[in-house]
Amino acid sequence: MEWIRQRLDKIKQPFQKGKKLEKYAPAINALDTFLFTPNHTTQKGAHIRDAVDLKRTMITVVLALVPALIFGMWNGGYQYLHQLPEYADGVPFFDAFWHGALKIIPMIAVSYAVGLGIEFAFAIFRGHEVNEGYLVTGLLIPMIMPIDIPLWMVALSVVFAVLIGKEAFGGTGMNILNPALTARAFAFFAYPTYMSGNTVWVSNAAEVDAVSGETILGSLASGNEVGYSAMHMFSGQIPGSIAETSAICILAGALILVLTKVGSWRIILSAFIGAAIMGLIFNSLPSIGVEGNALTNFPWYLHLIVGGLAFGIVFMATDPVSAAQTARGKWIYGFLIGFLSVMIRIFNPAYPEGVMLGILLMNVFAPTIDHYVIEANVKRRKKRLEKANTQVETAV
Amino acid sequence: MSKDIRIKRGLTLRLEGEAEKELVKAPRSKTYAIKPPDFHTHVPKMVVKEGAKLLAGDELFYSKYTDEIRFTSPVSGVLKEIKRGDKRKILEVIIEADADIAYRDFGKLDAAKADVKDVKERIYESGCGAFINQRPYDIVADPKDTPKAIFISAVTTAPLAASKGFLVKDKIAAFQEGITALAKLTPGKVHLCVDEESAQYLKDIKGVELHHVKGPHPAGNVGVQIHKIDPINRGERVWTVGVEDVAIIGNIFLTGQYRAERTVAVTGSEAKDRNYYQVQIGANIEDIIGSVSEDVRIISGNVLTGTKLSNGQYLGFYDNELSLIPEGNKYRMFGWLPFTYNNIHSNSRTSLSWLFPNKKYTPTTNLHGEERALVVTGEMEEVLPMDVYPMQLIKACMAGDIEKMENLGIYEVAPEDFALVEYVNTSKLEVQEVIRLGLDLMITEIG
Repeated sequence: MEWIRQRLDKIKQPFQKGKKLEKYAPAINALDTFLFTPNHTTQKGAHIRDAVDLKRTMITVVLALVPALIFGMWNGGYQYLHQLPEYADGVPFFDAFWHGALKIIPMIAVSYAVGLGIEFAFAIFRGHEVNEGYLVTGLLIPMIMPIDIPLWMVALSVVFAVLIGKEAFGGTGMNILNPALTARAFAFFAYPTYMSGNTVWVSNAAEVDAVSGETILGSLASGNEVGYSAMHMFSGQIPGSIAETSAICILAGALILVLTKVGSWRIILSAFIGAAIMGLIFNSLPSIGVEGNALTNFPWYLHLIVGGLAFGIVFMATDPVSAAQTARGKWIYGFLIGFLSVMIRIFNPAYPEGVMLGILLMNVFAPTIDHYVIEANVKRRKKRLEKANTQVETAV
Repeated sequence: MSKDIRIKRGLTLRLEGEAEKELVKAPRSKTYAIKPPDFHTHVPKMVVKEGAKLLAGDELFYSKYTDEIRFTSPVSGVLKEIKRGDKRKILEVIIEADADIAYRDFGKLDAAKADVKDVKERIYESGCGAFINQRPYDIVADPKDTPKAIFISAVTTAPLAASKGFLVKDKIAAFQEGITALAKLTPGKVHLCVDEESAQYLKDIKGVELHHVKGPHPAGNVGVQIHKIDPINRGERVWTVGVEDVAIIGNIFLTGQYRAERTVAVTGSEAKDRNYYQVQIGANIEDIIGSVSEDVRIISGNVLTGTKLSNGQYLGFYDNELSLIPEGNKYRMFGWLPFTYNNIHSNSRTSLSWLFPNKKYTPTTNLHGEERALVVTGEMEEVLPMDVYPMQLIKACMAGDIEKMENLGIYEVAPEDFALVEYVNTSKLEVQEVIRLGLDLMITEIG
């Protein structure tokens, strides 16, 4: 360890203040702080500090994503292979995982390379340290894409998300929209044929006739029979975006986020409540004499586990920067995300999944929610002042 | 009617190196110093020159723009040096002490029977005015103001802080006299907050409204207590006095002498003899703790709010602690891995330290990360038991938005109330500094 440290210090020499590579210091610092937590000591204010820093927080989110990612790799292969005649007797785990991993790992590599490249460039250009936010964003972007999306589309989506979604607003901590969802929304509207339909959700589905690749929501929207059991939906052996399918793995991630207090349990809980209530409202339509359709009559608890709803709520809605920041605001924000996502899902079959738009919409409204929550606090303070003033007046 | 306070939000840091509750007389310092930077916003105007002979209680300097506030010598001796910094700013007024303290005689005065005017004059001419701080802004109070109430906190919650009950337990008579005098300065009440320990000694104090306070740090902060008992509105003034300082004020009436005694707890994992020491205000720390190595951070005050000192410097005016902790100028490999390095305390759960609530930690001065943009939300509220939105207030202070700061409750806070916020902050922001600058802006803009 000492040896590495010494080597690093040597490498960093030309990057010091006043030396010729000073401008590029953020880049080398990012590498250095990845290896070592720096020896910086407190200079002002509190002399001791908590062990947590942004790197720890972000890596915890990455850890929470790992179960869903691993499952996504396996499922990516499984969805394709199990429909082939040669795998009629069952798909070996490794075959499926390998097939999926070969598709997904390049996507992750492209996403990190392009995104971190831009982040580093901005850090050098603006003279600040590289923020860790992209560690999570860079992994999330491939995880919410269809498995067959071309790599250049991933790269373009990342460029759009980081430049327009984040850096245009001032960088990490200042963005209004969730960057990962911005990337997906960009791809969704720019390349709709690669992002929706019946053939994109299963690997190679378009090329092989025998393979069917419709998502459950897609089947419901077009009035087709749903060929999966509730157990399949829960475990995630269904077509869909790479990591969104397995409710179990997402639940494991949610558990990590909530236990470490990195993700807000308020948002997660209230969003599921909101989605459940919206589902219940539609489910109860027949009892008031409205027939409804396959989507409205789809049981509310299944609404929670199909599509990207669970993944979006657990990993996207909880992004602290684009979410509401006050405790009360988080309840409202989460609830409305769940509520709106299921509503969009049902009312607008052109977008078979509503969670992306639901979260992006609430991202925009989060500051407004916070404003009214904080305004209540301000009003309390003003009322107290008024009361104090009248007391003084009556005393005089 | 007393109002008991139970604080739920907050964080009590359990650290290694608490001081034994045993009072030791430290060897008398040869030099003492009063440091004008301890009196934020007050510009010193010297009245004595180097070489002047002084009695304890003789005026050294006064506040340039509030000339009633005088700052007096804690010991008798000779003014040795006026140490100046950039732009000739006075940093330290150093006094070479006599072997025994000779006091200037202000004459005894029965605070209970004396006129308000006489009481006030006595407090300010003896230099005891420096002990009276005001909220909002957390600065030495202007004697021309009339405070709506006076608050005294005898609640100890800060990490490794001196027990406030212990500080006054042998000075109850002086404390009572101080309260009687202070009560004359306000048309409102004098609120005295006690914890279980200090209640033993202070429960029979007369002329106060007694509040029992329970809960984690920052429950002991007077700002939190004001917020719960009688919050400050725009235009109002509340005065606060430290517990031991009340006894000093009392002594000026009982004995006619400015007895600037300080009980100092020497704490922290690096301190050798962890005891309480009886010294005078402004004592040279070398006479209390000796000389310590470079690897030790000396803090006058507690680890959250104190000021950094070097060997041979002087105790802060208001400080009852000297905290000695190891410097943390070391690298840690892969420090970002969650659930590792669990020997470093964390309020977040990315470390497993929360599984051991009774473990005592040995903190260092390492920042454990680098400054970043504010990303994580909700962590600040957990340790600030006030009806204030900390992150929004911090942002308003950074932006210098006066109206927003006012709306969000800037009058109710002091930097020390945000010390824990600073501690837990993932983005390693210097929050106390931000709040201080915000308050300074309010002083210049609103006053």
